[in-house]
This record gives sequence, structure tokens and C-alpha cells, in this order.
Amino acid sequence: MPELLPFLKELISLPGLSGYEDPAASLIEARWKPLVHQLSRSRVGSVHGLRRGSGPEPRPAILLSAHMDAIGLMVTGIVDGFLRLTNVGGVDPRVLPGQRVFVHASGAGARTLPAVIAQPPARLLPPDLGDGPVPLEHLLADTGLAPGRVRSLVHVGDLVSYASEPVELAGGMLSGHTLDNRVSVAAVSACLEELQNRPHAWDVWAVASVQEEVGLIGAYTSTFQIHPDAVIAIDVTFAKGPGSTDWQTVPIGEGPSLCVGPNIHPALHKGLKDLAEKLEIPVLMEYAPRHTGTDAFAAQVTAEGIPTALIGIPLRYMHTPVELVSVKDIQRAGRLMAEFIASLEPDFINKITWED
Amino acid sequence: MPLIGNAQLKLLERLSNASAVSGDEGEVRQIVLEAVRPLCDTVKVDALGNVLAVRQAATRRPGGKAPLKVMLTAHMDEIGFMLVAEDGEGLYRFETVGGIDLRQLVGKSVLVGREHKPGVIGARPIHLTSPEDRRRTIALDTLRIDLGTGGKAAPGERAVFATRYQRSGDLLFCKAIDDRIGVATLIELLKAPPAQIDLLVAFTVQEENGLRGAKVAAHALDPDVGIAVDSTPALDLPAWDGEENVAYNVHLGQGPAIYIADGSTLCDPRLVRFFHATAEAEKIPCQFRQPGGGGTDAGAIHKARAGIPSLSISVPHRYGHTAVSLARLDDWKNTLALLHAGLQRLTPAVLAGERR
Repeated sequence: MPELLPFLKELISLPGLSGYEDPAASLIEARWKPLVHQLSRSRVGSVHGLRRGSGPEPRPAILLSAHMDAIGLMVTGIVDGFLRLTNVGGVDPRVLPGQRVFVHASGAGARTLPAVIAQPPARLLPPDLGDGPVPLEHLLADTGLAPGRVRSLVHVGDLVSYASEPVELAGGMLSGHTLDNRVSVAAVSACLEELQNRPHAWDVWAVASVQEEVGLIGAYTSTFQIHPDAVIAIDVTFAKGPGSTDWQTVPIGEGPSLCVGPNIHPALHKGLKDLAEKLEIPVLMEYAPRHTGTDAFAAQVTAEGIPTALIGIPLRYMHTPVELVSVKDIQRAGRLMAEFIASLEPDFINKITWED
Repeated sequence: MPLIGNAQLKLLERLSNASAVSGDEGEVRQIVLEAVRPLCDTVKVDALGNVLAVRQAATRRPGGKAPLKVMLTAHMDEIGFMLVAEDGEGLYRFETVGGIDLRQLVGKSVLVGREHKPGVIGARPIHLTSPEDRRRTIALDTLRIDLGTGGKAAPGERAVFATRYQRSGDLLFCKAIDDRIGVATLIELLKAPPAQIDLLVAFTVQEENGLRGAKVAAHALDPDVGIAVDSTPALDLPAWDGEENVAYNVHLGQGPAIYIADGSTLCDPRLVRFFHATAEAEKIPCQFRQPGGGGTDAGAIHKARAGIPSLSISVPHRYGHTAVSLARLDDWKNTLALLHAGLQRLTPAVLAGERR
């Protein structure tokens, strides 16, 4: 089985911002190719990998939805060679000053330019900002190049992605940008690998979905196109850590988590939970009383409605360039999905009814 | 004539990647000692940790008078952090050392201690913050250095931004340009010393903690002239409202910055004129730093003992005291060229001129 960590480090080092996922999609396809029977892209760019089950036709299908898009920035203007910026997805501008980034310049020769996010000194900013956080509209990306050169290389609309490198920390942890949600793509990959040696009756659709960060676009469209009998969405969830001890957070390294709430089909959830207990795979409970903010929210209401569950991988410092994950949590999530899929009887879906 | 080639860039890379927070300069000191020992008549490390390296004049002045004693300083220390308390599970509270804008801390990787243990400074996810929260700077006492669960350090250890040196054509992106570029410059000058003067080179400690190293070094070396070689921020960014930026300090790419007045020193006007005239005669691009605040080791040197005529010359950079500085190779080359040319021409006659 190929190592999970080198793949994940390579995957988070690729841009693939929402709507521009191809750099990530290509690597995911290469990884999945030997693991699935059929590989395709949806009309909006999601990667669909089909691994056929061994059950009689018509076979039921389960869809694993892990979004592959990354948050980041986009150039809105060029002033004296400096780039003005807007966000793609949810970016707290307070994490930006002093970040190394790549400007994906689309002008002559299309190249990747190293740059840094500049927080201009107070005297070049509106006086009412004081010494508080500088809003994104006043931050600049600086390539260090002369203004004329920047004008010929960079266009409005060019993407800007984080350039910080992955860092392995003590205790089997990995830090870097875009772990949200490439860790789940890695977990789905681990699941597909596990299934190579496991008989499973159901068809499995592995989906690396697009544009989750800007409205779950990939989840709505891929679930519609594939029309599976059940969906497991897999995404990161808030881990406890400095500044985050609220009820929304779960401990890191003790998961993955299983979500409870209106986006989740209780019987599908119970199936995963019972299996985890039986196999002694540690799981945490996560509670989402309204919107889970994940692909599960979209999948559940696709077509006539589809039973959906959500597996969470605990992540510290979400949407910062130093997101932090425990590799164990990813491996366990992959294994739990594989075990669950292998355990599915052909008629499982008929058994999960609402008769109380 | 000293030039900057691969060997010099390699040295700058080593210096930049070394950790040397004010008061804990050992790592840079080792590199400096290794470089200067073969070049100097005497090299010693004083009570604070300054490296005092002396290269005597090769020629005598007419009449057997003692050569002019010129002190050059560059500071070895950088801004950074000290771990001050342990929270358990690899989390450490920290304080800043030197002038660091708290808005520059979040979302950065750091290296802790002599072993360069990797860690990160994260923040609460944007999803769990309110618009009110995002209008406030994140307080230092809520931030932690996270080494990963099981990570181990000791309070008292220092930490620096983890940025690794990166060169892209004429551009340098790295940490601690302030003042490792000065350190590298002085090492090159020791390789091509002026024949007629005693070169007294102090690689100083604790500049970022109040010019404490320079104070005692100037006393010990007792020079006729003091020149601080440092790096100064180019604040040459566009203003938010499109007005001309008239408070730019210096411009990146316009050569070494000669100081006239800063927050702690009125530079000796005879030295200012002399180095400016040298630049003009040698056709070396140079600029005057806008008179204003800030300061260099010259602030301590000029009032040491009975007073020492002093000057500062800096390599421009952008974004000092943050995780990533940006400098131009040409500015470094021209700074080295100007200092070399000036020292070759400097005679006691310069100090016999009028202060006007």
C-alpha cells in the first residue's frame, strides 16, 4: 500500500482553488487510476472514480464525497506593481500579513511567481484603522518585480495560493495549508486501497468534489449525476486547540468523528457507529444542530433525497496556512469507510427505514 | 573589489536560515567565527557575545602616525520569540523579542531552540469567529506555539519564524535580512580590506533589544569612525487612497541607503557627504534614507566614550520584522561596492572637514 503521508504532502502543495481544481484533480486521478474500474470528470470538474461491487445487478451504490478545492485569493487590481486581492472561500484576513504565496500569473508565458502578502504601514492606510487588523481590501501581494514587469505577467483574476510548505510535527501530526479538505481525499484513497483486498457487494463511487468552499457545487452536481443509494461525505471538523475549546470542537488524534444532526440519516450514522465500536476504531461524536457546512448538506437533498452520513477528520486552525491534523485520524477514517462498505448487504438500504 | 557570487549567496543563505534571537546569537556567531578567523589579526568574543574582529592596516601613514581606526558593525541578532510557559500536549505560551507587530504572528511556522524543532502558531477558525472578533487583533496571550501533541521544549528556549531562504532571480525572499545581509557584507569587506586603515569589525548582539552589543563594542574598540551596516525597510508601497506615497523611507532597487538622521543618531555630515561623493564618483547607485525614526547600532556608537563620528548605511528591504523579508540582489551588490570604495578612499582628512 503506498504511503499516505507523501501523497498528502504532495497533494496539499498543489493549488486547485475553488473553480480551478485541475492541478489537484490530476494528481488524484493518478492515485485512483489503479484502484478503480472507471475514472471520469463531471461537467464542473469533480473527479468520479467507480469501483464496481460483486453483488448482483442492479447493484446499489454508495458515494464517498471529499471536496478537493482549496481556499485562497484572487487578484482584483494592480497598483504600482502591487496586487490588490479578494478572497476565494472563507479567508480571515488576520492570517494573511507576512504569508508567502504563489501568484499564478496568466500573462506571457504563464508562470508561478513567488510573492509575499504585505500589510502596508499605518501611514499608507485609512487613519480610522488604527493598529487593528487590516482588511483584505488594503492588503497587497508583492512579487518584488518592477511595475512594468508585473503588468505584463499578471492579470486581474489571476489566482494567489499559499506557498508555505507542509511541516511534520511531533506526535504524528502534519501542518500545512489546504489540509481542508485534501486529508479527506487521502482518506478516500486509503479506503479504495483497503478495498482492493476486500470483497464488497456495493458499487463505490469515490468523488473528489469541486467548489465546496463556495457553495457545495460539486456535491450537488456529482450526487445528482451518480444518483447513489447512500452518501458518506467526509470533511474536516474543528479540533480542540488554543483558542478553540467550544462545544463544536473535538479532540485531535482521537477520531475520526461521526456527525449527528438533521443533515444526517440516523440509521446510516448508527451503522457506522456500531461498526466502529465492534472493530474498536475510535470515533468521536460531533453535533451539528443545523447546517453541517459540508457536502452532506447538499447530498441529502439531491433528487428525491438520499440517506447521508458525515465523517469528520479533526483539524486545528482551519482555513489558516498552518492547519494541523493527526495522520492517525485520516487512516482510521479510511479504514472505517472501507470496513463499512465491505459490510454492506445488497439490501441494506431497504432496512434503514423511518418506522420508529 | 569584492563581488557577490554563489559563495556569498550560500553564506547569506546559511546566515538567514540560522536562528539567533537577541540574547541567543550562538548559531550566527559560530558561522561568523568560522568565516572571519582566517581573515583577521585578532578575533575575540566579548562578555555579551559580540564578535570583535580586527584586521590591521597594511600600510603606515606618512610620518609613522597610527592608521585611522574604522569600526564597522552589523548585528547578528534577529527578532523572535521566547517560550515562557508550558501548557502541556506540546503547547507553549510565548513572548516576543524585538519589535514585532502582533498582526504578523498568526498562521506562521516557527522553529524552536537549537534543534530547530518545528511548530506552528495557529488561530481560531474563521467559521467560529464573528465580524466583531475579526475587527480585533488576536491577543498574544491567547496564541500558542504548537509543537504537536508529544512535542517537547523548555520554557526559555527561543523560536524564530521558520521561513527558509529562497532566491528567485534578482529577488531574495527570506527571514532576518535585517541584519544577516549586513553580517555577510562585513565578512566580504574583511576579505578585501583597505590597506590604509585599521578595520575593527563588530558583529553585534542585542541590536533588536536596545543596541546593547554595539554600546560595549564601541567602548572596547575605541574607533575614530563608526559605520553601522544594517538593513532598512522600504515603505515604498502605494497609499490606500491613490495619493502619492511621500513617506517611503527608501525605495527597493535604488541602491544603498545613506542615513542623514534617524530616531537615535544625527549622522556625521562629513561622513554623509564623503560616502555620497564616493557613490557619485564611482557611479554606484545610492539613495538617502528619508530622515525620520528608527535606528541602528550607530545610535549607541556615536555617543560611546568621548563621542565617535558615525554613519549608517543600509541595504533596503521590504517587510522587516515579519516572517518574510524581500530584498534585491543589486541593492546588496551596490551596498558592498559603496562601502568598499568608501573605505579605500577614507582618510583622516575627511574628519578634518567642517560640520555643515
